[in-house]
Amino acid sequence: MKIAVCIKRVPDTESRFAIAADQKSIATSGLKFDISDFDGYAIEVALRLNEQQGPGEVVAVSLGPEGTQETLRKALSMGVDRGVHLQAETIPFDGLAIAYALAHELRDAGYDLVLFGRNATDSGNACVGPMTAELLGLPCVSAVSYLEIKEGKGTAHRELEGMTETVAFALPAVLSIDEGIARPRLPSLKGIMAAKKKPLDSRPAQLGPIQLTVERMELPPERSGGRIVGEGAEAVPELVRLLRQEAKVL
Amino acid sequence: MGFEGVDFYRIDGLLSEEERAVRDTVRAWVDEQLMPVIGDCYIEGRFPKQLIPGLAELGVLGANLPEEYGCAALNNVAYGLIMQELERGDSGIRSFASVQGALVMYPIHAFGSEQQKRHWLPRLAAGKEIGCFGLTEPDYGSNPGGMITTARETGDGWVLNGTKMWITNGSQATVAVIWAKTGDVDDVKSIRGFIVPTETKGYAAKDQKGKLSLRASDTSEIHLEEVRLPKDAILPKSGGIKSPLSCLTQARYGISWGAIGAAMACYDEAVSYAKNRVMFGKPIGGTQIQQVRLADMLSEITKAQCLTLQLGRLKDAGTMTPQQVSLAKRNNVSMACDCAREARRLLGANGILVEYHSMRHLANLESVYTYEGTHDMHSLILGETITGIPAF
Repeated sequence: MKIAVCIKRVPDTESRFAIAADQKSIATSGLKFDISDFDGYAIEVALRLNEQQGPGEVVAVSLGPEGTQETLRKALSMGVDRGVHLQAETIPFDGLAIAYALAHELRDAGYDLVLFGRNATDSGNACVGPMTAELLGLPCVSAVSYLEIKEGKGTAHRELEGMTETVAFALPAVLSIDEGIARPRLPSLKGIMAAKKKPLDSRPAQLGPIQLTVERMELPPERSGGRIVGEGAEAVPELVRLLRQEAKVL
Repeated sequence: MGFEGVDFYRIDGLLSEEERAVRDTVRAWVDEQLMPVIGDCYIEGRFPKQLIPGLAELGVLGANLPEEYGCAALNNVAYGLIMQELERGDSGIRSFASVQGALVMYPIHAFGSEQQKRHWLPRLAAGKEIGCFGLTEPDYGSNPGGMITTARETGDGWVLNGTKMWITNGSQATVAVIWAKTGDVDDVKSIRGFIVPTETKGYAAKDQKGKLSLRASDTSEIHLEEVRLPKDAILPKSGGIKSPLSCLTQARYGISWGAIGAAMACYDEAVSYAKNRVMFGKPIGGTQIQQVRLADMLSEITKAQCLTLQLGRLKDAGTMTPQQVSLAKRNNVSMACDCAREARRLLGANGILVEYHSMRHLANLESVYTYEGTHDMHSLILGETITGIPAF
């Protein structure tokens, strides 16, 4: 099968974050970047599908500034065959603008499957996958926790609150992959060396119009100290009143 | 949370993308595979051999040897970073990888025939064969040239007799590279290397019992009694004590990096403990005595990183000398011992427990301080280099 995996370069989730001086973005100095966690699962799913089903091609596509190529090379070192870098100065917050660029790249390119992570670990919008599917006119299953492909048809599971939903779909299709489906492999040392020799194309991203932007980012207010309302059962009515009227959490 | 390393001087910026990728991959492997089991292995005195296939699949074994023999063909800085990350976990696992790569695969690659290379190297890289290196003897440690193990040539091959001691991987090895004298006992030039499958009759390995250091590593004594080998068991290009010593230069190079990893692990643990442990109403990290400890550790680790990276660049350029390796091994292992000891002390009573890592590293590093050329021998090698007068 020919499979595209759309991946995003995001700050490592174990980093300590600070808001940048513009109050609209994360300060990037000193941050380590990596493939977004859910996208790692999507890569693993793609690699396993082709390992099980015979020869095919897995192509990683990523949009962003120059550092994106390092992220793509990590995907190549895991076993992805080819990388496509869609150049953009920054990654817009507007998922639709990104979806336009991806749809432009993926349309009529013969992909059987287009995989995304369920959401990016930085912006968390979970929208680029479904929007790309819409623009391509393809069926889309989001948050896939189990996947089987047989004779040009797919079956996917989605974990809902307390139940599992089984979805059947035709290929080609767009899927967003949930965590836990398959643990992403570590790149082998030979894989890291081989990644240098694999094709990595870079071209300007055909972004759609940007219709939404981040206005402001702020940290939650510092917690103030607690207050002891009273002791024992007689304090409960007052506690409930305060939780209702003052804290407004009940 | 995964281990983040120590990088006060932005040394990451001096590494290539590949070198960083190799480091990060091995770091993640150590976090995922080694850290959950190392404490139990250490207490039980057992090498975690279930991890060998994973290490091999990652490509760690003989990672700086050529691709045509099934290896990853990494440069020496990337190789060093692997050793750093493995020893951040435990010196025992780094010792395993050092022996397999630098003391077994390296001599086969450097001194072996093409046929020997093609036969052994891919199997050793894949972890299908485990190797050990027999040089040291009970009475010949710092003076390996005095060895009394002999290889007698017969009509159809060789017969080996002797005893080797302190052999890492000795009991689990399927193949041993044994060094023996083919001539008179005084003839240092007659020392040659032999590839000995450990199932050969007359080969016996016995675990060294009672170790208080490197407990998660296999250390053995090897007895060779009338071990008969075919003619082609000899490493044809080996000759004289220089051959095994050149293997030790490779291994010591890796140890120089490994020691930094152990020191980083101890520093990392000490910093985290100092920030969280509250005594007299404030974290102990807010006291001057602990801050001095931490400042000393950070300074020494940073200095070691700078010198070892330069050593690696020299090795990649082909201009590194064994004396430069002596300086790095001597400095870095001693530095790591100091960091481990100070970290353990900073941790107070908790520092003696296996759930913390500093005391395990401290106990391990006492072996690392002693093996592959003791600290004192490296002092004398440097002394000779400085003055031109050998003191040993």
